[in-house]
Amino acid sequence: MAVKKTYEEINEKIRRGEAVVVTAEEIIGIVNDEGVEKAAQKVDVITTGTFGPMCSTGAFINFGHSDPPIKMTKVWLNDVPAYAGLAAVDAYIGATELSETQGMNYGGAYVIEDLIAGKNVKLEAEAYGTDCYPRKDIVTYISKDTLNEVYLFNPRNAYQNYAVAVNSSARMLYTYMGTLLPKLGNATYCSAGQLSPLLNDPFYRTIGIGTRVFLAGMQGYVAWQGTQFNPQQTRSENGVPIGTGGTLALIGNLKDMNTEFIRAATFHNYGTTMFVGVGIPIPVLDEDVVEKASVSDKDIYTTIVDYSVPQRSKPNFGKVNYAELRSGKIEINGKTVRTAPISSLNKARKIAATLKEWIKQGNFFLQQPVENFSLDQTFKPLEIVTEEEI
Amino acid sequence: MAKKKFVLHFPEESVEKPVTYHLVKDYNLIPNILRAQIDENEGTLVVDLQGSAEQIDRGVIFLKDQGVGIQEAIQDLVINRDRCVDCGSCTGVCKPGALAIGPDDWELKFDLDKCIFCELCINTCPTRAIKVQF
Ligand code: SF4
Ligand code: SF4
Repeated sequence: MAVKKTYEEINEKIRRGEAVVVTAEEIIGIVNDEGVEKAAQKVDVITTGTFGPMCSTGAFINFGHSDPPIKMTKVWLNDVPAYAGLAAVDAYIGATELSETQGMNYGGAYVIEDLIAGKNVKLEAEAYGTDCYPRKDIVTYISKDTLNEVYLFNPRNAYQNYAVAVNSSARMLYTYMGTLLPKLGNATYCSAGQLSPLLNDPFYRTIGIGTRVFLAGMQGYVAWQGTQFNPQQTRSENGVPIGTGGTLALIGNLKDMNTEFIRAATFHNYGTTMFVGVGIPIPVLDEDVVEKASVSDKDIYTTIVDYSVPQRSKPNFGKVNYAELRSGKIEINGKTVRTAPISSLNKARKIAATLKEWIKQGNFFLQQPVENFSLDQTFKPLEIVTEEEI
Repeated sequence: MAKKKFVLHFPEESVEKPVTYHLVKDYNLIPNILRAQIDENEGTLVVDLQGSAEQIDRGVIFLKDQGVGIQEAIQDLVINRDRCVDCGSCTGVCKPGALAIGPDDWELKFDLDKCIFCELCINTCPTRAIKVQF
């Protein structure tokens, strides 16, 4: 008998405290033991999690008005420039913006972490002055409690899958995939694999605009498809993209976030970025949902890419699955290469477990997407052309 | 008698040189090799040199003359558990496997007995959780 459940039915079970919730790792064993159909009958929600560096992260801030008021045109937070080309006291601080005084040791990501931690942050701003906004500069201090709105709006989080990075050159490389040792000295990978949100819903059936998610310790939402959304990526037979694939734009209130699940970071000689914790619940609508979510590391493949070639399309060393990557070593061209993760599986598990508890205790309800993502979109490069050529 | 811990880096061409023999014979030092690591590009030795302070200084000059990279070893690495997110990045540069993660709880583990004090992990850690202790 085919299993069919609706969002309303699942939410009703959550309300009554009767929903059966398991993580995307636990579902693998359940499906192995009992089969897809039984698992679909028994389980109502499958929780996922990921915790990795996500550069496309930032926060919108409204500072409130000073007396006399100012229409800020240039803004710094702890010496980190924020974008102020918006209304008078609105700004956006991005994770990768570097400090003008401390360089890569501090940046937008650190400002965001400090705000979440409740620390005071120095605000400096300049303006040209208008009749309605006469003030031309300001220096003051803010904290999350003094701000009107402060929410993360991350244009691209939670990559569906990502390449493995290696370095075939003779010198050390410092990249957003970590330090790559020369002559294939190591291989780094960045995915929660079988626990990762979009790998468990490969065709975005239940994850779309409006989906409620765990974001950095609070309840946030999918705002849009993420930038560089690439549903046309080559996929394995099981539907899993062998490479980047889908991405999500996420939104959530910074004031409710928890630094245990979001953390500023610096990649040496690369710049600042932010580890972001994301967890997404997958409602068991039918057997297909369960089958897709029961994918395991050995069936998730990605490509080994040579980062020593500083070009858009880099040579690759073939494919590898996450079970091999997690084993600590892989073979490349007959050579044994040590592997290391860049994203934290330990934190990803804590996120999936926390989300599971929230749902079981009736503190988190599932939101059906108000609109699903289009699968037709293609991922375009930036060509360098003249005005006539475009 | 003094005792100091050093990290010696042997470039490819001097890996074969019998430097420890000369340290004993010509400089009256007692070298105690704590760890050794050899890969395709270079060899690394962590040694305790025991002898008078003056003999140790002369031994160091001798080693430099032989083209051996030498630095005084840090005493320990300290991992700030509040900053560490267990990402595992540091394990990618730790050739002797002193820093390791997986296969069950995926929590970072550090084994000082395997560390060759290369300090590559310090800058690699994205949350700056690893600090050296002299
Ligand atoms: S200094 Fe760091 S990278 Fe080097 S051996 Fe010790 S723990 Fe490993
Ligand atoms: S790189 Fe830093 S944060 Fe990551 S596991 Fe190592 S010590 Fe922890």
